[in-house]
Amino acid sequence: MDIDLLSNIFYAMVRCGTPLLLVALGELVCEKSGVLNLGQEGMMLFGAVIGFIVAFNSGHLWLGVLLAMTAGMLLSALFALVALVFNANQVATGLALTIFGVGLSSFVGAAWVGKPLAGFEPLAIPYLSDIPLIGRMLFAQDLLVYLSFALFALVAWVIVKSRVGLIIQAVGENPDAASAMGLPVLRVRTLAVLFGGAMAGLAGAYLSLAYTPMWAENMSAGRGWIALALVVFASWRVWRLLLGAYLFGLASILHLVAQGLGLAIPSSLLAMLPYAATIVVLVLLSRDAVRTRLYAPVSLGQPWQAGH
Amino acid sequence: MSNPDSIARLQLRKISKRYPGCLANDAIDLSIQPGEIHALLGENGAGKSTLMKIIYGVTAADSGEVIWQGQRINLRNPAQARSLGIGMVFQHFSLFETLTVAQNIALAMGATAGTPAQLEPRIREVSRRYGMALEPQRLVHSLSIGERQRVEIIRCLMQDIRLLILDEPTSVLTPAEAEELFVTLRRLASEGCSILFISHKLGEVRGLCHSATVLRGGRVSGHCTPAHCSDRELAQLMVGEAAGLITDYPKVSADNAFLQINQLSWHNPDPFGCSLRDIELEVCSGEIVGIAGVAGNGQDEWLALLSGETQLPRQQGETIRFDGQPVAHLRPDARRRLGLAFVPAERLGHGAVPQLSLADNALLSAFQQGLVSHGLIRRRKVEQLAEAIIRRFGVKTPDSKTSARSLSGGNLQKFILGREILQQPKLLVAAHPTWGVDVGAATTIHRALIALRDAGAAILVVSEDLDELFQISDRLGALCGGRLSALRPTVETRLSDVGAWMAGQFDAPQSPAPAPV
Repeated sequence: MDIDLLSNIFYAMVRCGTPLLLVALGELVCEKSGVLNLGQEGMMLFGAVIGFIVAFNSGHLWLGVLLAMTAGMLLSALFALVALVFNANQVATGLALTIFGVGLSSFVGAAWVGKPLAGFEPLAIPYLSDIPLIGRMLFAQDLLVYLSFALFALVAWVIVKSRVGLIIQAVGENPDAASAMGLPVLRVRTLAVLFGGAMAGLAGAYLSLAYTPMWAENMSAGRGWIALALVVFASWRVWRLLLGAYLFGLASILHLVAQGLGLAIPSSLLAMLPYAATIVVLVLLSRDAVRTRLYAPVSLGQPWQAGH
Repeated sequence: MSNPDSIARLQLRKISKRYPGCLANDAIDLSIQPGEIHALLGENGAGKSTLMKIIYGVTAADSGEVIWQGQRINLRNPAQARSLGIGMVFQHFSLFETLTVAQNIALAMGATAGTPAQLEPRIREVSRRYGMALEPQRLVHSLSIGERQRVEIIRCLMQDIRLLILDEPTSVLTPAEAEELFVTLRRLASEGCSILFISHKLGEVRGLCHSATVLRGGRVSGHCTPAHCSDRELAQLMVGEAAGLITDYPKVSADNAFLQINQLSWHNPDPFGCSLRDIELEVCSGEIVGIAGVAGNGQDEWLALLSGETQLPRQQGETIRFDGQPVAHLRPDARRRLGLAFVPAERLGHGAVPQLSLADNALLSAFQQGLVSHGLIRRRKVEQLAEAIIRRFGVKTPDSKTSARSLSGGNLQKFILGREILQQPKLLVAAHPTWGVDVGAATTIHRALIALRDAGAAILVVSEDLDELFQISDRLGALCGGRLSALRPTVETRLSDVGAWMAGQFDAPQSPAPAPV
């Protein structure tokens, strides 16, 4: 395998991994605070369609990105209202949100299916992008990928180093104790959910404005679900999340690689790989109760009300 | 303290709080001076928890005044209470297990915590000054219960503390650990901090506290100086009746082993749990064996192995035997058929299904008592059984159709114990049989256990209440770190022996050596 091919694979791996990374970062923060939001897929699609429509009509890509994030946040606000304020079951609410988001995005975007758009272009950084192997992967991407690097650094810093991260973790582990300490449990959880919504919306915008600049129904193709699995795969640790996102990115471009190498494996089989890998990883990891006990937010998915 | 001119640190006037269906606090007056260790005594359900939640700002009183150092205040939340200098150590710790000691403390301190580099020396300083060894870098889940309590206390001491509230702090400690805690508390009080010490253990209240307020049924039943009162007088204030408080049951010895445990070891896959090592035990028909131990030393794991919730592989079936028959590999229902009855520690969700009626809960474990025929439930019989339990054990409930969760803890405990006892088991394994139960009900339960013993059943009681164990057990032992001490007849055992066992000192014989068995 020559260096150019490898360099291309790495480049595509990061591109493919970026939407997963963005959604998973949002969900990680959300789950750290104790909230399981299964609505990622729906929020992502809604963000994708709104981002596309806005960018298409206004001609401003960044306005599209901004409104895509707002759209994701709006849906997550709905989730927060139902699951946190009214204390409905988080799993059911999240599932409903996904179903709702998928339908809503198809409905809203019907008139824009297949319309062409000039999306975000790669922006190579001089010299740095010429580094062999990793130059293109890290320094010849589009602006949204660079943004994902920055957001990763931000989330990693917040969770590992900052007091805010400590508070999020405390709320997710023992909301009763956190509340007894005077921490605003519901406010922390709501903000975490909103952050997750914005990230899902951003991931959607990346799909419809950069990755494949167009709108098609269901274009996220289950990435929201893979991102949810990623958070478990990473056992709620942020560095593993980065690794996992790119590994899954790699898995989802393997059929292209195989074609490039002229391997006689049916590409539909390889295209299945990320989904199959998700199942295998989840099964393997959930067997290990020790890891789950040590790292999983203890109160994940449990409704909480003040004064109980 | 006796100076009438000094301003009280905290004064409560006519505090009342009503919950649906009960008046939890009824016009309660209380006053604590600076540097005073004040006991708040009372049975479970007397209103202690409610009162302390009001002082700490968790709940608001319906009426009455809270006066803090001469100023009337209106507490809205715990954060406000903490900013005034009120700290609280909860009975069920409010710590975050996956965080370090320092992180836990930083969370409570808010912005004043500073950076970890600044905080850690301060934690070390405070822990040294009050004689509570603690390593700031350790993760809380790796700490013992006693160490966790230190984290809670140090967390309070890091701030400018004026009033420290401790909710039944010794219930999780060995007697020696409790003594260490008292040293710290006396030191703190000598520096002018007021301490509100909530307890129902009369002995330690008399040894530690300057004054006491006793609650009964939501009201103040008396103020007193504990050092000048006898246990009986204090108990009378708490319970309202003098008779039948402390009963001595005749001790027996038996030699026909029903439950035999041989070399029972079990590795716990849970990293926060306790593994069991080489447990050896025999319980004979017609005796009560009591096992002491601080929670978290393997009780839950051991009980699950005994009840059948955890099963061992078939090859290890011989490690537990009922009447000679290997059972360690059998499921709970198979063990029940061999004569086992089981009262778990956790009442709701383990001993009873919260949503089901009492009658249905009776059916759950007593299904072998002719309540089912040809796969159909005989409703009438189930209800008769439930009503019999309610009657015989004085369960306070409207009827047998009431859901289990609407009963108070003590009432439900009576029901669950009654359900198991009425099945006339050959072996009863009971965890914390009177935990959270008032004195009257505890006596009922103890009498029932003794009667069951005298009818020839083997009984194993696991409890944290040493008074109870000494009262009803014929032989005693203790669990520590997943190991079981040797058993000794209760009459030859002193409290300090059990204390040593609970701390893991199994081999230090302090009493005359027991007769060889």
